[in-house]
Amino acid sequence: MLTKRIIPCLDVKDGQTVKGINFLNIQSVGDAVELGALYAKMGADELVFLDITATNEKRKTLSELVTRIAKHINIPFTVGGGISSVEDVSVLLNCGADKISVNTAAVKNPQLIKELASQFGSQCVVLAVDTKYENGEWFVYLNGGRVPTTIKTKDWVKQAVELGAGEILLTSMNHDGTKDGFALDITREISESVNVPVIASGGAGKMEHFTDVFTKGKADAALAASIFHYKEIDIADLKRYLKNEGIEVRI
Amino acid sequence: MNVVIIKYNAGNIRSVLYALERLGIQATVSDDPVLIRAADRVIFPGVGEATSAMNYLRERGLDKVITSLTQPVLGICLGLQLMCAHSEEGNIDCLGIFPQQVKLFPPQEKVPQIGWNDIFNLKTPLFKEIKENSYVYFVHSYYAEMGENTIATANYINDYSAALWKDNFYAMQYHPEKSGDIGARMLKNFIDL
Repeated sequence: MLTKRIIPCLDVKDGQTVKGINFLNIQSVGDAVELGALYAKMGADELVFLDITATNEKRKTLSELVTRIAKHINIPFTVGGGISSVEDVSVLLNCGADKISVNTAAVKNPQLIKELASQFGSQCVVLAVDTKYENGEWFVYLNGGRVPTTIKTKDWVKQAVELGAGEILLTSMNHDGTKDGFALDITREISESVNVPVIASGGAGKMEHFTDVFTKGKADAALAASIFHYKEIDIADLKRYLKNEGIEVRI
Repeated sequence: MNVVIIKYNAGNIRSVLYALERLGIQATVSDDPVLIRAADRVIFPGVGEATSAMNYLRERGLDKVITSLTQPVLGICLGLQLMCAHSEEGNIDCLGIFPQQVKLFPPQEKVPQIGWNDIFNLKTPLFKEIKENSYVYFVHSYYAEMGENTIATANYINDYSAALWKDNFYAMQYHPEKSGDIGARMLKNFIDL
């Protein structure tokens, strides 16, 4: 049976892993490749590397980092952050990335999704969406959560899947960094509205939150960062816990 | 051990190359029929779309090279599908090494299937020291039907061929190069055949 996936997210800057609380106050917590390999050993099902400074700064080191990850890590990984062209994607896939995620650039130019899907296949095109609940509606935010839009999240996701996005990485900005649990309602709504897998992100604090997001939130995968980086939850323990809860996981 | 990975227009060759490197093997990536025929082991990987990949192979005569090989050959993912008789993806005739039809998963579940699924009814030395119901990593929308060449089964919506075998030809629908230590062992088993 296809299992639910646990995905540590490594926000990277200059090859180092960083994680901000509500996208701010960045603190370094270690080497990205070393940490990724450790997570793979502990039972992570996939890894996501987000170059969080890419939108504002040049990133010459990203392709070198991706090469290093691909050489050392034997589970799938996604690379995102500031990806805005077919050329960007081609370079990263050739370095050994399994998937890439697009966010801001895809909102500004939705045809990018179509171009990427037709050239590289939908299976490697992850649409990352940062979403915020305001006045009774979930809206899309850009540039790492700094720029609001009037685009409704559910409309954007539907359009992106029609254009060829193969997976959705949905981050609730209201929940990210709070450790109060994932955004169950919007995750479920998105998961039920499209026929591609949904990765829930933002808000993981306890093991129960993962059970909730897989059952009530209907997520196919759950992504978290700080609780893994700061060793608040051990991935192996989490997977044993989920299996006891009756959730199909790879152990 | 001289291992050649067939170079063509369906990517993800780098990951296979690195997985072999981790086993201490420096493989060659090539579309040169002379080098491919001379290899001890040939790997036919692939991520992409069946019709454009088949057309590319035919234009360069690689279809005939692959089917005429006599050393152990391992198809991975799209490689497995292209080694079957026919694919619904673009409705194209493929290499016909295996008699299977390749079909699109019906939309009862999310398509593509992305993630770790278990494989069972494991046969042949390819699965030496691999336990039944081991998890491996799949990413695919199309699947090869069950048949007498099936040497590993997986279930997603229905049972299908996770791995196939005929004579010197082996193929895996999942990605051994991305399936952790278990996948690495399967690649080693292929090299050791």
